[in-house]
Amino acid sequence: MSHAEAHDHHHGPEPGFMRWLKTTNHKDLGALYLMFALAMFIVGGLMSLVIRAELFQPGMQFVDPQFFNSMTTMHALFMIFGGVMPAFTGLSNYLIPIQLGAPDMALPRINNMGFWILPVAFTMLFSTLFMDGGAPAGGWTLYPPLSMQTGDAMPFLVFSIHLMGISSITGAINVVVTILNLRAPGMDLMKMPLFAWTWLITAFLLIAVMPVLAGAVTMLLTDKYFGTTFFAAAGGGDPVMFQHIFWFFGHPEVYIMILPAFGIVSQIIPTFARKTLFGYSSMVYATAAIAFLSFIVWAHHMFTVGMPVAAELFFMFATMLISVPTGVKVFNWVATMWRGSMTFETPMLFSIGFVILFTIGGFSGLMLAMTPVDFQYHDSYFVVAHFHYVLVPGAVFSLFAAVYYWLPKWTGTMYNETLGKWHFWLSTIFINVLFFPQHFLGLAGMPRRIPDYSLQFAEFNMMSSVGAFMFFICQFIFLYNLITTCRGKWEKASDQVWEGAKGVEWEMLPSPLPYHTFEQQPDLTDYKPHPTH
Amino acid sequence: MSSAVMSPIGTLMSRLAIAASLGAVSQNAFAEYGLNMPQGVTELSKEVYDLHMLVFYVCCAIGVVVFGAMIYSVFAHRKSKGAKAANFHHSTAVEIVWTIIPFVILIALALPAAKTLVKMENTRGAEMSIKITGYQWKWQYEHVGEGVSYYSTLTQESNYARQTGADVDLTQVENYLLDVDNALVIPSDTKIRLLLTAADVIHAWWVPDFAVKKDAIPGYINETWVKVDKPGVYRGQCAELCGRDHGFMPIVVIVKTPEEYQQWLSEQKAQQASLSSATHVALAQ
Repeated sequence: MSHAEAHDHHHGPEPGFMRWLKTTNHKDLGALYLMFALAMFIVGGLMSLVIRAELFQPGMQFVDPQFFNSMTTMHALFMIFGGVMPAFTGLSNYLIPIQLGAPDMALPRINNMGFWILPVAFTMLFSTLFMDGGAPAGGWTLYPPLSMQTGDAMPFLVFSIHLMGISSITGAINVVVTILNLRAPGMDLMKMPLFAWTWLITAFLLIAVMPVLAGAVTMLLTDKYFGTTFFAAAGGGDPVMFQHIFWFFGHPEVYIMILPAFGIVSQIIPTFARKTLFGYSSMVYATAAIAFLSFIVWAHHMFTVGMPVAAELFFMFATMLISVPTGVKVFNWVATMWRGSMTFETPMLFSIGFVILFTIGGFSGLMLAMTPVDFQYHDSYFVVAHFHYVLVPGAVFSLFAAVYYWLPKWTGTMYNETLGKWHFWLSTIFINVLFFPQHFLGLAGMPRRIPDYSLQFAEFNMMSSVGAFMFFICQFIFLYNLITTCRGKWEKASDQVWEGAKGVEWEMLPSPLPYHTFEQQPDLTDYKPHPTH
Repeated sequence: MSSAVMSPIGTLMSRLAIAASLGAVSQNAFAEYGLNMPQGVTELSKEVYDLHMLVFYVCCAIGVVVFGAMIYSVFAHRKSKGAKAANFHHSTAVEIVWTIIPFVILIALALPAAKTLVKMENTRGAEMSIKITGYQWKWQYEHVGEGVSYYSTLTQESNYARQTGADVDLTQVENYLLDVDNALVIPSDTKIRLLLTAADVIHAWWVPDFAVKKDAIPGYINETWVKVDKPGVYRGQCAELCGRDHGFMPIVVIVKTPEEYQQWLSEQKAQQASLSSATHVALAQ
């Protein structure tokens, strides 16, 4: 401890706001990304409460339908680009260097820029609520010609998306360069923790598709302001081409939002089962297979657009195929638990919850893949239920699991386990009250993105809205636990923290982590996370 | 599970679970709660429903096996029970098995789905055509070649009741948000080609009872078809976000017997002819 402190007094962070503005330290930036994501989750969550409040009962009680559409649009943009993606990026920053024996990310200054772009981008996006014509209201998918009807917000929407894209692309490049170049000797690729692998693959997806989104929104901008007609039939263009371009980004995007979750859960379950991850190499290959397949299935988001039947068949088959590697991963997690010696601390609870609830989202995904049946599900609440299951008890639960798991290592303080368990159980109950009834709403014929509905949809909408408000309130348990832990209120954490935890950050580094780690490159040639065969 | 020890939420959840499983088996039960997709009134809508139930049952079976194994493991393989962690961490044989079995299941699902899809996209041999145009925020229907066309808009009653802060008793509004002034009228037992387009932004025409949903795209014409077995009134909604009143442009289809349809059609032709001749006279003067 004092050894680390002696180093720290030379390289310690400067006090005050400038530290955070100028930092190139991966731990500082990891924390900044995570805190920013938390703030954006709250903003996006409040928007969802506006939506669920209006949908609590049939009839229009609170908002104008146009504002309701802005809420659905902004809710998605804030959650996806402000919540989930920055949160996973924060974890990549915090964890990848310490898991690989590296002193920091390979490109620390770009890392700083990548973070600070985000508050600018989101302030700009949020400010569109106050502009002439209101915030964007054409859905986060921005389909033209409807998105052409956006008012003064349009250029700010496009600019903010460009900024978010630059942040993601530079962050992804940083991840690739760090993983490929800064691993300590002995840390072979097939010895890396799964979190590093899933982020390596995710980074390639980001580099491949974020520029495509940039292209798509730029074409929207030029169509609106500079007389191009990419998406206007009158000028020889095609609105459907936008959908192809957007979803070529959009489908890999949803895998970008889940692969790091797979990596997190693949590290937590072995820890609490006290058993090595089952099938390490298959897990790596399955992740790569999912990433590859994610490029050839985009049109399953557009089955009703009027594609030739041969294309519909191809996309149906390719989409169904993704369930094979995904299934392999689920089976491997179960096989890791099987005949383990399990304890159920909060990270494990969230991880098991993830496996079950994400799989339920996967089932509705398989149902959606069947094109003739998708004609009934498409643009209904069945789709809303599907993607919220994979994103909320999927990605977000994995984020909770990760924070509970690594927070003691980062801060040196164990979070309060009782509060953690309350947070888990209440969140699990209410997330199901919120989203499970939406499957029925979709099957019964309720379209999505509507602010009001006919009376046969009333009961399940009321249930869903109650779930939403209760789920939101329960997150304050987490917030309280998080803040008090960071302030050191609870028990101190040991260096090992978790009895079954294996890996460089658990076995070689103290808790809390020093500001700089691995300033001397460690020798990991004897590092054996799992027997190789 | 005994209600005595379960919280109200637990009771609700178990009721939902029971409802879900029962609703899956007997689609007519819980009709009020509308738990399941309708079987619909066309041959294809029934095929779609059957496919939906097939994939649903497959998912349930897989869920029972996987979640069953997890739940068993959570209780049997816990440290507090004295379980000692085993050593195994891979098995190529097992991995191959649980890759191949899902693959075979997928093929079993994909084949009937492909068959139904090809049927759905085969618009050949249609006996008549309806051109459907989506507007912000209403539909227009044209009986191609008959000179009959009309707009179909949300009824005044629903439109008044849905205004923000209207505070109307919605149970008194018949078919709230699902009623229009001029419904589409088509004959039963007839293969009808539907031609879809739009005048402004992308809309989508969806009638769940027909298992028909297709986008209406400005500048393009999409094609699908329907052959309804049973006369009746069927309702649907726009299924592509199209602006402020996307939720307020419903679809109502009145399916008449072919004889009744012909009668209705002649009446419409006569009406529209007399209307247009009145307009000609008015303009001439």
